[in-house]
Amino acid sequence: MTWILFLEQALNGLQFGLMLFLLASGLTLVFGIMDMINLAHGALYMVGAFLAAWLAQLTQSFVLGILLAVPLTALFGMVMESTLLRTLYARDHMSQVLATFSLILIINETVRMIWGTDMPLAAPASLSGPVELLPGLYYPSYRLVIIAVGLVLAGLLYLAVTRTRVGAWVRAGASNREMAMAMGINIKRLFTLVFGLGAALCAVAGALLGPLMAVQVGMGETVLILAFVVIVIGGIGSIWGAFVGSLLVGFVDTFGRTLMPALFREIFPPQVASAAGPAVASIMVYLLMAVVLFLRPQGLFSRR
Amino acid sequence: MKALRLTCLLAATLIAAGSSALAQTPNRIKIGLVSTLSGPNGALGEEIRDAFNLAVQLNGGNLGGVPVEVIVGDDQFNPQVGKQLFERMVKRDKVDFMTGVVFSNIMLAGLPEATNERVFYVSPNAAPSPLAGKECNPFFFVASWPNDAYHEMAGQHATARGFKSAYLLAPNYQAGKDSLAGFKRFYKGKVVDEVYTKLGQLDYSAELAQIRAAKPEVMYAFLPGGMGVNFIKQFVAAGLNKDIRLLLPGFGADQDISRGVGDVMLGINDTAHWALDLNNAANRRFVAEFEKAYKRLPTVYAAQGYDTALILDATIRSVKGNLSDKDAVRKALREVKFDSVRGSFRFNTNHYPIQNYYLREVKKDAQGRLVNLLASPQPIATNHGDAYVQECTMR
Repeated sequence: MTWILFLEQALNGLQFGLMLFLLASGLTLVFGIMDMINLAHGALYMVGAFLAAWLAQLTQSFVLGILLAVPLTALFGMVMESTLLRTLYARDHMSQVLATFSLILIINETVRMIWGTDMPLAAPASLSGPVELLPGLYYPSYRLVIIAVGLVLAGLLYLAVTRTRVGAWVRAGASNREMAMAMGINIKRLFTLVFGLGAALCAVAGALLGPLMAVQVGMGETVLILAFVVIVIGGIGSIWGAFVGSLLVGFVDTFGRTLMPALFREIFPPQVASAAGPAVASIMVYLLMAVVLFLRPQGLFSRR
Repeated sequence: MKALRLTCLLAATLIAAGSSALAQTPNRIKIGLVSTLSGPNGALGEEIRDAFNLAVQLNGGNLGGVPVEVIVGDDQFNPQVGKQLFERMVKRDKVDFMTGVVFSNIMLAGLPEATNERVFYVSPNAAPSPLAGKECNPFFFVASWPNDAYHEMAGQHATARGFKSAYLLAPNYQAGKDSLAGFKRFYKGKVVDEVYTKLGQLDYSAELAQIRAAKPEVMYAFLPGGMGVNFIKQFVAAGLNKDIRLLLPGFGADQDISRGVGDVMLGINDTAHWALDLNNAANRRFVAEFEKAYKRLPTVYAAQGYDTALILDATIRSVKGNLSDKDAVRKALREVKFDSVRGSFRFNTNHYPIQNYYLREVKKDAQGRLVNLLASPQPIATNHGDAYVQECTMR
């Protein structure tokens, strides 16, 4: 593997990891602070992408579409929290899973009724080509934009959680909810706020990935599984854990897809390798999770 | 008591009326069409469904002179859902024929539900190699092309063009494996690498980085529908189209792909058994009527769906609508004569087609649309069958 290939794959892993982080950070906060398993988190990602595609079509501007879709999705998330999910906090996890799973189905079908099964969303033409970063290292400019946005948002989120009063409430809530309430934090309002923030981050990820992947009904489910893997690896309730976990999953997946088939070709005859290599590559992420669970069942950076 | 008797009488009348209504309906044929109709690959199933329905409409709602009902189901790109639809259509709806599926893995999951109940399946697309050889099935017919065929032709073209090294990419499922096997069977250059990705994968960043490092002369990608659109867009965004020639199978460079990708498709070559401008009367009529009905140009999937309906039409006509004698239906299918939009066509002994293949090229038409037309009216292979027919023991 040449170093150019290595760098390009590292950028790919970073890009994938950062987008996962946008999803996982909201999920881990909701899970950590509210002790609530929200399977419908992926649905917010889909709603964000559809809103962005729809608004981009209306305004004829990709950037405007995203900028409008993010607050709208946040609003949608907050309404969902304050009307439906709030009633589930006192219930056990199984009820939460059942209720939010039914939410996925309802939201999927509603989106299908409004916009159909998929919508076109294209990145601006100025970002359609590659950029030469180093001699011989070309990288798609749109993916660079995604990396930049992801890094900026991760930095802002880190500052918000560690340096602001609301951030202190969030950390307090994640470590010990009862004590935080006893200290006079309005936990209800905090929950709604955190949920809105999580939804907004979902919308950013959905809208940015839309042009690369596809804006379609059901796009949330596949990515939700990976987001859960991330928070299990990182430790529930920890933003830092979500960050490290996302990048780990991003890198392991990207390099796994490159290295595993190559490795298998070295060891096994070609027929076995061509069958087993891609299969093993696709489960690398879950192997990583199994190893972490075995060595540190509470996750790498658990808050509890 | 009186009320009860009255109810009984009423029920009896209703049943009698119902059964007499059934008896009066002359021979009505039901066809089950299961296809991928949603998601990034949903456009493929829509092409097949729309073209099939078009053929039925142009026939006045009949096939072979018998009124026909087409029952449509969306497999959602999920083999389990596809299998359930097959079971429901065969057992509950009692369809006379099954057809429709795009993807081999879904068809292989559903097919036994039909063939075990002695219901014929005429495939408008998926034609996996096992069913051409050892596992050939008396109730399975292919109206499209053997899974390997497009790729064999592409391999032959790559050899003829003198491309010394090729990089191959396909999804990790039966049709993907068939495709790369087909390409390699006819390609004489060096295969730098062959990569299998997850079926339905939409982000190809890791694969593209490897392709850049491998520096092949030609890149051959078997990626239908949304997978192809995403791959080609990302291939261009990564700047790979400057140094590496992209070669595609027919469905991978068709009108639907070009609409999604844009002008970078211009000049790309592909191989197929059909093209918009293939010069025969049936094809001219098909292309014109399809565009009139659906306001878009048909793809190979549509051509296959249309021909499937024509095959059923000719078969039903030749058995005079009597579908209960399965052996007679099979004989009629085997010897079917119809005006295919692809020109010459006949079934091999394994029920896979023997036909011509052409080299095509993405060009712009008078209206400025990207269209896939013949690069040359001369076929690159004539009366081409498949490599598995010897293994089929069906008489």
